[in-house]
Amino acid sequence: MSTEQISGFEKKGASAATYVDERVHSNSWLSRNLNKVFPDHWSFMLGEIALYSFVVVLLSGVYLTLFYKPSVVEVIYDGPYIPLKGVTISEAYDSALAISFEVRGGLLMRQIHHWSALFFVVAIAVHMFRVFFTGAFRKPRELNWVVGMTLALMALAAGFTGYSLPDDLLSGTGLRIIEGIILAIPVIGTWLSFFVFGGEFPGVDIISRLYGIHILLVPGIIVALITVHLMMVWTQKHTQFPGPGRTDKNVVGYPLMPVYMAKAGGFFFLIFGLITIIAGIVQINPIWIFGPYTPDQVSAGTQPDWYIGWLDGALRLMPSVEWIIFGYTISLNVFIPTVVLPGLLVTAAIIYPWLEAWATGDKKEHHVLDRPRNAPTRTALGVMAITFYVVLWIGGGNDIIAVGFDLSINFMIWFLRFALIILPALAFIITKRICLSLQRRDREKLLHGRETGRILRLPTGEFIEVHEPVNSEEKALLESKPDTKPLPEPPETDSAGVRNPKYKSGRRAAGLSRFLYRDTIEKPTEAEMHHGEQAVEAEDEFEAPLLEREEAMHIAHDGSVLAKPAVDAPESATDTEDGGSDQS
Amino acid sequence: MSDEITGNEPGQEVARSDGSTKELRPGEWPPADVEHHLRRTDTDPKAQARAVRQVATMFMLSAIMVVLFIVAFIAIPRDAVVSIPFIGPISALNSAMGLTFGLAIFLIGAGAVHWAKKLMSNVEVVQERHPMKSTEDETELAADIYEVGKEQSTWAKFPIIRRTMLAAMALVPIPFIVSLRDLWIQPADVETPSLELRRTIWEPGMRLVTDITYQPIKADEIPTGGLVNAVPENLLEVQEDEENLNARAKAAVIVVRMLPEEIQSQQSPDGEDWGYNGILCFSKICTHVGCPIALYQQRTHLLLCPCHQSTFDLSDSAEVVFGPAYRRMPQLPIEVDDEGYLVAVSDFPEPVGPSFWEISRP
Repeated sequence: MSTEQISGFEKKGASAATYVDERVHSNSWLSRNLNKVFPDHWSFMLGEIALYSFVVVLLSGVYLTLFYKPSVVEVIYDGPYIPLKGVTISEAYDSALAISFEVRGGLLMRQIHHWSALFFVVAIAVHMFRVFFTGAFRKPRELNWVVGMTLALMALAAGFTGYSLPDDLLSGTGLRIIEGIILAIPVIGTWLSFFVFGGEFPGVDIISRLYGIHILLVPGIIVALITVHLMMVWTQKHTQFPGPGRTDKNVVGYPLMPVYMAKAGGFFFLIFGLITIIAGIVQINPIWIFGPYTPDQVSAGTQPDWYIGWLDGALRLMPSVEWIIFGYTISLNVFIPTVVLPGLLVTAAIIYPWLEAWATGDKKEHHVLDRPRNAPTRTALGVMAITFYVVLWIGGGNDIIAVGFDLSINFMIWFLRFALIILPALAFIITKRICLSLQRRDREKLLHGRETGRILRLPTGEFIEVHEPVNSEEKALLESKPDTKPLPEPPETDSAGVRNPKYKSGRRAAGLSRFLYRDTIEKPTEAEMHHGEQAVEAEDEFEAPLLEREEAMHIAHDGSVLAKPAVDAPESATDTEDGGSDQS
Repeated sequence: MSDEITGNEPGQEVARSDGSTKELRPGEWPPADVEHHLRRTDTDPKAQARAVRQVATMFMLSAIMVVLFIVAFIAIPRDAVVSIPFIGPISALNSAMGLTFGLAIFLIGAGAVHWAKKLMSNVEVVQERHPMKSTEDETELAADIYEVGKEQSTWAKFPIIRRTMLAAMALVPIPFIVSLRDLWIQPADVETPSLELRRTIWEPGMRLVTDITYQPIKADEIPTGGLVNAVPENLLEVQEDEENLNARAKAAVIVVRMLPEEIQSQQSPDGEDWGYNGILCFSKICTHVGCPIALYQQRTHLLLCPCHQSTFDLSDSAEVVFGPAYRRMPQLPIEVDDEGYLVAVSDFPEPVGPSFWEISRP
């Protein structure tokens, strides 16, 4: 914009920028960052959804704190909800009911809070799938993967502590199960449980304790970690999918100012608006139906929120095992599924980037993403983990499924116990096969181009199919496949016959490397590509006279379908063309 | 952060793949070497004008939604109900507020995204990346600065300072951890948590009363195959006294009646009858993770936990027959008093509720 066109509005903006700059040196930062380039892809919005729904959680949560009372002092309910009139309930439950029925906008905010919390966890999960399957966790982003894992765990903690606050029957039952899990921790469990609950379950302290954790500690940690997460994304610049002109040394996309300010900023409003509309019309967690918590009541079909469901499923599927060692009891039936299992899974996920780096021996920076098919073993491992999770999750709802489908609950449990072992293994094998087949198709395409479906009969009587070279965009995508070779076996001794001190760890790395990279369909070599191009050219030559004739007779190609021939075309020629179009 | 100044030299030219060149303005990135698709709004002024109208309309509608929200807030009574197809009857006030407020927010986003997609530049551009690793010079300078600082600090020179400081730092969180001890203020009469968990308020001669109306239970009133949820007679007093629900969380029981010949075994060590005329009493708190159990199949005498499906056979000492629980449901010995009401003979001989580390210690 030239100087004479500057509006008053922009002048004010410029003087505000100067005012701030003279105090915090901000223009220097702006000059480096205002037009920062971000690549475009729908899957890059998943993390954004998580971020925005967290903002919505915070906003609606602050509203709820104005009305909610974290106290278990008993009161007699005297509100507008008739079925509970006169019932002795805790002040926490009473205030949650008041938010739902008496405060105008209270129910809306409660439902916005719950829905956005669900959005938050779902978006984190799917975002992590994207990061895992595309290899975005590779150098230099390993640390951010760990920050992301911690954020996911904090999101679960936030979800669970919040779930317990209304003090309705469902939330209290969840707490009771948590008490059972804490009691099952060897050595310290009993004391730990007394410290958490301020004595025996349920006590009078847990609600107010969870409240502090839910509204201060956990969100504080989440805000801090999100800040670190975004600063790292900013510094490292976003990863990009492979494509023409995209390398590990550049980033291709649109600048922050103006495109991403509008798109990403607008996207926040889209998410916020969507959650609000859903919260307006779709009921969630109707606490008044469940009734107040009392430790001797429970409703059948008790279900946790979906992200805790898999742990509940693990509890259900675990066989009954308890050991007594030197007179002390270890409840393996509780400890293994709820403490050991998630601990192992989280650890495996956290160290995965380093395992893979160790197995590749690769110290380069990666900014161009992998297509999932091009890392078949990694993709198969991911799908295997998801399958394992889904089986456990189904286990968490086995009673509802058994009732719904009229199955025996015992059958369901035994079926799922076997499925938990068999299905993930199957998923691994099938996924890997699919990836390799896709690689084979990619190689075909690179070699021979795209199949057009046009069949030619040569004068010799031979039939051939005409191929077309893939366009430059697709070619760049196909050529992006990295042909990672497994690490070679390390030498046992060096040339002087001295034993290699790193022999053992080297062998392990080579073994893991073979597991990850042995199976691959190699990209065509230069010579093969050249040969393939020649074949395509030869087909073109065969087809050229036909195309010339078509042109001469004004038969237009419309995609792969031959359009109706021009009216003045000879009758006999039309017949021929009709015959040809059957095959197009 | 670490990015370099991005302004290009004024008048700098970049080559395009089609052979043409483009002059970059300061602050403008070179276009990427991909095909650029022109949109209708780029070529057709009418389409452009229409897009501008659409964006402005969305922003305007958003403002209108805010007005409608305020109208709904004031006009719709709290208890009005509206029926929405596929969703059912819901609060009219809540849905009106949700829709108006939600649309007010959503339309801002829709306008902004539409604006970006139709009217803002859609030329993909290229920005260079720089390795995360600092340059050799920077690393060397940082190391030098560190060395100077280390020397000036005398950190290496006086090991006694270093060691005592590290020791002090290691110990200083301890007061905070110790202060957490009173998360549970231990009553004078409670030695350890495990003793507390073992004990319930049942005692010899204590009447069983129903769990909601608190009426004593006459043995004759329980039909064969019936199930009654019960609590100790003094539960409400204890709850009042202790101001919590802890006693209820351990003392809740179920009373079932079956034909005496259907009872295969009881938990009494010497085979004596802990029930009365086929009436047996068991803890209601699952030995798995503590859910209250109330799903009882009278024909098979099986008790099923609704939380994790542990199944106990009440006719056979409440042993586990299926599911994740390991310990049987503890039995409460009962008898009838002079008036024919059910009373406890003693507290539970076995601990109730989930297992814990010290549960099998005497």
